[in-house]
Amino acid sequence: MIEGELSRSVQRWCAGATGVTGAAKLSGGASQETWRFDITHPDGPIGAILRRSPKGYGAAPTRAAGLAAEAQLMQLAFEAGVPSPRVMHVLTPDEDLGTGFIMQRVEGETIARKILRDEEFAAARPHLARQIGGVLAGLHRLPQDKLPELRSRSATQEISEFERDYRSLNWPKPVFELALRWLRDHDPGPSVETTLVHGDFRNGNLIIGADGVRAVLDWELAHLGDPMEDLGWVCVNSWRFGEIDKPVGGFGSRVELFAGYEAAGRKVDPSRVKFWEVMGTLRWGIMCGGMMQRFREGPDHSMERAMIGRRASETEIDLLRLLAPRGG
Amino acid sequence: MQDEPTPIELTKAVADFLRNDITPLITGHQAFKLRVAINILDLVTRQLTQEEGRDASEVERLRALLGMDGSVTELNRALAERIAKGEVDLATPGLAEHLWATTMDKLAVDQPNYASYKRELSRGG
Repeated sequence: MIEGELSRSVQRWCAGATGVTGAAKLSGGASQETWRFDITHPDGPIGAILRRSPKGYGAAPTRAAGLAAEAQLMQLAFEAGVPSPRVMHVLTPDEDLGTGFIMQRVEGETIARKILRDEEFAAARPHLARQIGGVLAGLHRLPQDKLPELRSRSATQEISEFERDYRSLNWPKPVFELALRWLRDHDPGPSVETTLVHGDFRNGNLIIGADGVRAVLDWELAHLGDPMEDLGWVCVNSWRFGEIDKPVGGFGSRVELFAGYEAAGRKVDPSRVKFWEVMGTLRWGIMCGGMMQRFREGPDHSMERAMIGRRASETEIDLLRLLAPRGG
Repeated sequence: MQDEPTPIELTKAVADFLRNDITPLITGHQAFKLRVAINILDLVTRQLTQEEGRDASEVERLRALLGMDGSVTELNRALAERIAKGEVDLATPGLAEHLWATTMDKLAVDQPNYASYKRELSRGG
């Protein structure tokens, strides 16, 4: 049982800890798992989260930064005052827990629909778009000399990569072709400035409380690139969960997002943001196709995976709304 | 010719049974999976109901746009290739209308509750 290994681990690095209770798996694919548990401590229980690749699943997929990099980024963000959980411990091989890290558990909500509808978040909602701008500005300002080794991608390389992914699906989609052409025609070229890019900053990967953003999660797609990518991705319609007139995660307007970003002393390039929003919409559509592929080829033959293939058309209508809007 | 009930009627009967008789008996993660299963059957019913007529219109539009004949799959592949080569784009008469009509037909089957679809539908389909 994982509680045995976790108990031995916490007693080594958490002064006064005597063991753990309540270990429960929150999510997990074949290669990566998230567990919650409480550290038993004389001052009261300490809420914690384990992110790990179980033994034998050390290699990260090509786009992923890897768990060690994720731990380092979260810790850097925490130290810089970007809402982030504190990293408590990075796993070592002799603990028999695989590779990964243990972090402080931040209470709050990640389920987008609840954040957008529940009374509990009503007071926070109107401020979230602007606040997210400030959080992204902080994130893009993390000191580059302290960052772990990360992949670096220009817009041009990203277009080619998505085109390759799309072609490998052998799934002819005229709307995706149109989007690929548009992206090539509107490629903004190298960014004047290269920064850390979170890569998956959106409604669903943020812990939100009644007071606003409490933590930024899921740094596994972090890389170096155009900071405007994060501003575009957070506006992709798929993360508005029905609140389609509020582009920033269903919370608020681009104007508020940009104001929050610029108030924190950084500059917005709205045409680049739009480019990355189109790119992001296509990216999610191609990912839907990839999940359908994995359903067909196994091992994940689940109904949920199959149905995600039927969500690619959502991104097609959103691409048309962006590239060929109808009047009125 | 196969006998009746039709696939549409049969699929609908299973979906209604799961929805009305089984849903009240199931909780937790299995209830979530049951909802997914019912959604799949509803999607299949919508596709069986709508596909024939809408594919025929799509083929007609594609023939006019491309000046060639073929199955709906072949014609879509041909259109995709022409867009990729830059031979057809949004300035081509009929392309935007075709893509809108085809996409609306897809959403009507895949995700009729998707907010962008409902918004566009309120513009008149």
